Amino acid sequence: MTGDEMTLVLQTLLDGFLVTLSLLAISGLGAFILGTIIAILRISPVSTLRGFAAFYTEAIRNIPLTLVLFFCATLLPQLGVDFARTFGASTHYYILAAIGLSVYTSPFIAEAIRSGVNGVPFGQAEAARSIGLDFGQTLSLVIMPQAFRMTIPPLINVFIALTKNTSVAGGFAVIELFARGRDLVRDFGNYAIPMLLGVAICYLLVTIPLGYVSRVIERKVAVLR
Amino acid sequence: MSASVLFDAPGPKARRRAVIFNILGGLLLAAGVLWVYMTLAAPKVTAGGQTRPGLFDVSRWDVFWTRPEMWPVVWNGVWSTLSAAGIAAVLAILLGMVFAVLGSSQSTWVTRPTVMVLEFFRGMPVLLMIFFMLIVVVKGAPFWAVILGLAVYNGALIGEILRAGLKSLPRGQREAGLSVGLTPLKTLLLVEFPQAFRQMTPIIVAQLVVLLKDTSLGYIVAYEEILRTNMNILASYFGSDYIFSFFFLTLVIYMGINLIVSWFARYLSKRLTASKGAKPRAGKVAKGEDGPLEPTPTQLIRAIPSDAPIQSSEGDRRV
Repeated sequence: MTGDEMTLVLQTLLDGFLVTLSLLAISGLGAFILGTIIAILRISPVSTLRGFAAFYTEAIRNIPLTLVLFFCATLLPQLGVDFARTFGASTHYYILAAIGLSVYTSPFIAEAIRSGVNGVPFGQAEAARSIGLDFGQTLSLVIMPQAFRMTIPPLINVFIALTKNTSVAGGFAVIELFARGRDLVRDFGNYAIPMLLGVAICYLLVTIPLGYVSRVIERKVAVLR
Repeated sequence: MSASVLFDAPGPKARRRAVIFNILGGLLLAAGVLWVYMTLAAPKVTAGGQTRPGLFDVSRWDVFWTRPEMWPVVWNGVWSTLSAAGIAAVLAILLGMVFAVLGSSQSTWVTRPTVMVLEFFRGMPVLLMIFFMLIVVVKGAPFWAVILGLAVYNGALIGEILRAGLKSLPRGQREAGLSVGLTPLKTLLLVEFPQAFRQMTPIIVAQLVVLLKDTSLGYIVAYEEILRTNMNILASYFGSDYIFSFFFLTLVIYMGINLIVSWFARYLSKRLTASKGAKPRAGKVAKGEDGPLEPTPTQLIRAIPSDAPIQSSEGDRRV
């Protein structure tokens, strides 16, 4: 492989990596917002909304991501969702994939948040109440600070899974890291293994540090308990 | 969610407010459902300018009963999905056991590389692994690519789960094994492993549900699983009028299978929690416990705080 080709390969990988990172950021944000709403509904005192949130969580969690993205890429445009006219075809699929990834990830975020709030022992609220704090003070001074800390490790794990899941978007017309890797394997068939290794390393650059951070925080929370 | 501890018992005013919010929430939901229904039921205008009936029209669904020859194709897809998932699950568990044994070896020369390999496999997308298998290992046989990719990825995860299970066992189990004269490997395989496996069964089954869901990635590498048979073969053969119906069918099949397996996982974890036996270390009651073993005196002492009334209902005494 010549130096020029080498540069081309690295450039291609970098392009794909950047698309993957932006897809991760956008769908991560979307999933976080959606998931927080679902979590709030799930612990709200309104039983109809609680029921809806429980149904949503159960339903989405049992649908494979491939089906969700297929629906977004193929069937949503038929229902009149069309970004191609305003943004062009490639952005069209990018947005649809971001929607699909957000929706698919949101119940996992909601469960992570809920498990954090549930993880605060009952006695904490009792103690807060018995020294005379009202509802708002109990929640903001005692429950939430603890819940938030306990939510971070599972949330990071959800984002690690999301990083890996963005690769599925590569199967639905989004030119991100996996799709770039596939193209490279097609163009440089003799170097399939190093190409795929390069793609894998790009993913590992995100997932391994995140996993490390998650473990460190988890240990710190465990010490505090 | 026992919110009652956060505030005083609701009076008449708060109760009235709760009823009002409930009704408002219900109306909001009903409006949402109605909007989705209307969107789906509205006639579709195709790119060619033709108008197609809405999605609840009979002409969108009649393929299911007027063309019964489609069902064998559907069953083929279901079978492809289930067989790939089944073989991959067996391989993943076997591989997970190997990884767990290597990962809990006494020698750092074995554990270090194992941990690194596990990190590597767990950190990359399973789709990339499947693609790697397709290109490099099996060279264009999507069935085996899907199976091997899923097996390696999930094997790494199950290995990690089993390793955690081995770690959580009481130390005395290993000491007992060694003191009756078993070799370290035999202690691991005959004493510790069966307990770790049983303890982690619910988590492993949950991971197998994920594996089942991930067989749908076969769609991307051209393996004819249920999504591909339904959408690329049937929907394109019977025309785009039926594309939503076939998608709905795929959805129902996947959710049905997953719900059955999830329900089985929950049943297993309940059964395993109900049985009494060796308590894991660290003083807290784990979800899965081992069956036939009688607790040792040390374990009984350890178990006392968790059996004391103050913590007995730990599960539901949460904020």
